[in-house]
Formats: sequence, structure tokens, C-alpha cells
Amino acid sequence: MMNILYAIGVLGAMGIIFGVILAIASKVFAVETDDRLEPMIEALPGANCGGCGYSGCAGYAQAVIDGKAKIGACAAGGKACADEMAKIMGVESVEMERMVAMVMCSGRDAIPKGQYEGLRDCLSATKVAGKGIMLCEHGCMGFGNCVEKCKFDAIHIVDGRAKVDHEKCTGCMSCSIVCPRNLIHAVPYSATVHVPCSSTAKGPIVMKSCGNGCIGCTKCVKVCEHEAIRVTNSLAVIDYDKCVGCGKCAEVCPRHIILDLNAKKIPAEV
Amino acid sequence: MTLFTSLVTISLGAILVNNFILAQFLGICPFMGVSQKTSTALGMGLAVTFVMGIASAVTWAVNTYVLVPWELEYMQTVAFILVIAALVQFVEMFLQKVVPALYQALGIYLPLITTNCAVLGVALLNIQNNYSFIEALVYGITGGLGFLVAIFLFASIREHTEDAECPKSFKGFPIALISAGLLALAFMGFSGMKFFG
Repeated sequence: MMNILYAIGVLGAMGIIFGVILAIASKVFAVETDDRLEPMIEALPGANCGGCGYSGCAGYAQAVIDGKAKIGACAAGGKACADEMAKIMGVESVEMERMVAMVMCSGRDAIPKGQYEGLRDCLSATKVAGKGIMLCEHGCMGFGNCVEKCKFDAIHIVDGRAKVDHEKCTGCMSCSIVCPRNLIHAVPYSATVHVPCSSTAKGPIVMKSCGNGCIGCTKCVKVCEHEAIRVTNSLAVIDYDKCVGCGKCAEVCPRHIILDLNAKKIPAEV
Repeated sequence: MTLFTSLVTISLGAILVNNFILAQFLGICPFMGVSQKTSTALGMGLAVTFVMGIASAVTWAVNTYVLVPWELEYMQTVAFILVIAALVQFVEMFLQKVVPALYQALGIYLPLITTNCAVLGVALLNIQNNYSFIEALVYGITGGLGFLVAIFLFASIREHTEDAECPKSFKGFPIALISAGLLALAFMGFSGMKFFG
């Protein structure tokens, strides 16, 4: 009988002592956190995508409170998130346009160099002798490092190339970080005309390596009435600030590389 | 045996011969759970080493100065769980205040260790083996280092198997279990090793 009482007594005492020590410790070692931190973290999407350049949502929230970061750097949260954060900080919100990721390669007929049997990983594939596994040195290889990275299930491999679902994309751009060829760019959600090609190779080389890569013929530049498209390094680039989305460039493009989302069909599939 | 030789024997035994994970199969949960990346595995291993070292010292003291005088040795398991849980909580608070950088690096792994049976195992084995305080402390730390070695090796293997092609039914966790088994077999090579005759 005494044994049981001893056991209860000793263990109970130990429990109480530890409890008291922990209670004291929690007071002594209490870390002061800003009152705004909790609601700030709440206001952020909580995906910890790292698109803002900080280690995660909590890191970004702390940086905003410390005044090291600006409101509106969270692309995933968008306008609503920026408004919420501005309210917490007591400052004016910022205007921001919704940006989404876009894979600047649509090499539907890109030609592989040969049979690739290596790791199913984009970075590894770029290390193959002679700059990668395809004749095009700038194209998407479709092993999906970006797909793995995406926290929002917004990017998928379609016909061997990565493709962003603009409805699901939050514009955090974490996919662009892992792309070894820097093919993923931020574009305005509202933009309807794109040049999904990143090849800066000269025309004849593109002709040989890809079925529809941009050859820099400048036909689109000539037809554009708003000076919204220009060719640098034999690659057409759209200035989204000027583009009105008329789609004339898409009509004249001999390579069918200019994508007009307003048009019913994608030119190359006509 | 002098203290030095016994300590060397204990250390090498804990790291290689009787590795906590690969020979004694303790602490398998974090071994499987946080070994996808070498960096996180390293963090977990360091956290476990840290806690195992402190836990073996404290549980040894609790056993010698509380449980033995009151003849409560049969309550060891319960008492040690209590001690370890409280200890981990305390260490967590202490680190958060004093060494925030280390606290951030260890992250969620610290609370996870509360339920790590390798920590409880080291506390109980210290008593079973009749270790002195120094021996218990060294056994705890080197046992943790053994854990670190095992989880780091395993994480490196997993990073490679992740990229390798394997039959679909084995992809992911099954192949990890098989590689864990092979790694344990490799560590069998150390079994029966004797130091200092």
C-alpha cells in the first residue's frame, strides 16, 4: 500500500515541479512578438511559396512589420491581401495588377537531339553535353521541376511542355525560380496576346530545331499599330503596357508562335 | 577497464555497432518521416543529439537521486517520459529566447522529439547498463550522433532514389523502406565488433 502512495506522491510531485518550472520558464523566456504579427500572418495566403523573396509567409509578415518590406509583394494573395495588410499596418493600400506565370515556350514540334535516358529532372537534362537534350537550347524540356514546385496545382505538363493554368495561378513565381532555363515569366492576367518562345537563336537555327519557334522576322513589328511588339536578339517580345490585344501580330506570324487567347483556335492547330 | 577505454567503447558502440536506428530499431518514426532532404535530416539529427545528451544526463540524475532512494525503479518508464516531455518543452522555450537562430533551424523537429522512442530508449538503456553519470552522458550524445549518421546517410540515399526510376508500385515510401532495410544490413557489418580485446 505504501508503495502505491510513494509512487503517486513522487510522480505527482515531479509532475508539479516540472509544471511549475515550465510555467516560470514560459514567463522568463517569453519572447515578445508584435501584436500585428498574428493578424498579418492570417492575412497572407499561408502557402509559404517564397515568391515574395522571404522564407515564408511568417518571414514576409515580420519583414513588413519591421519596415523592411513593402505591402503588395505577395502576388499569391493579390489585391485583397494587400488591402488587409494595409489595414493592419494603418497605411494606404497599393494598386496591383494580377500577374500570372507564363511558360515562354510552346515548342509543340521541338526536335529532340536523341533518346534521353538520364534523370527525369530539368536541371540534369540541361547538363547533357551540348547544352541539353533538344536542338533548341531555350526550350522547355517538360520534366516538371516547376510542376513539383507549384503549391497551387496551377502548372502541368501538357504535350511535353509545361503549361500554366491562369485561373489557378496566383503569380507567386516560385516555379520560375526552379526553371533552369528561366522560361517562366510573370505576365498580366488580363493580357491576351503572348509570344511563348524564349529562343534568342538566329532564324535558320530555330527553323532547324523547332517547328514553331520565333525566328525574329519582324513581321509582327510591322503590323502592330501600337508599337507594342519588338524584336530583340531575334525574339519577339510584347510590351504588355502598350498591347491592346488586337491580335494582328498573331495573324501574320508565319511561325504561328504568337498566341492570341481571344482567337478561338490556337494558330498552330488550325 | 579505465574510464577512457570504456567511453571509447561506448561511443563507437553507440554510433556504429549498436546504432539506435539501424541495429536497435529505435526512433524509426523521424527516421522515415523527415529524411526526404539531407538538410532537414541534418537538422533533425542535430536536434535529437542535443536532446538525447541532455535527457540522458537528467534522467540519470532523476533515477539515481529520486527513483532509487524511494525504491520506485519500476516507475522508470513513466517518470522518464514525464522528464523528457518537460525537458523538451523547457529546451524549446530556452532556445527561442536565448538562441533564436538555433531555434529557427531546429523548427518543428524539437517538439517532435518528445515522442521519439530513441530518447526514451537511451534513458532506459543507461540504467539497464549501470552506467555512471559520465558514461550515461557520453552514451546519450554518441547515440544521438549515431542517429545523425544514420538519418543523414538515409536522406542522401532517398534523394537519389527519388530521381531514379523504379517500378511504379515501389515508388515513394515502399522503396524508402527497402533502402532502409539495406542500410540496416550494411550496418550489420559492424555487429560483433570488439574494441580493446
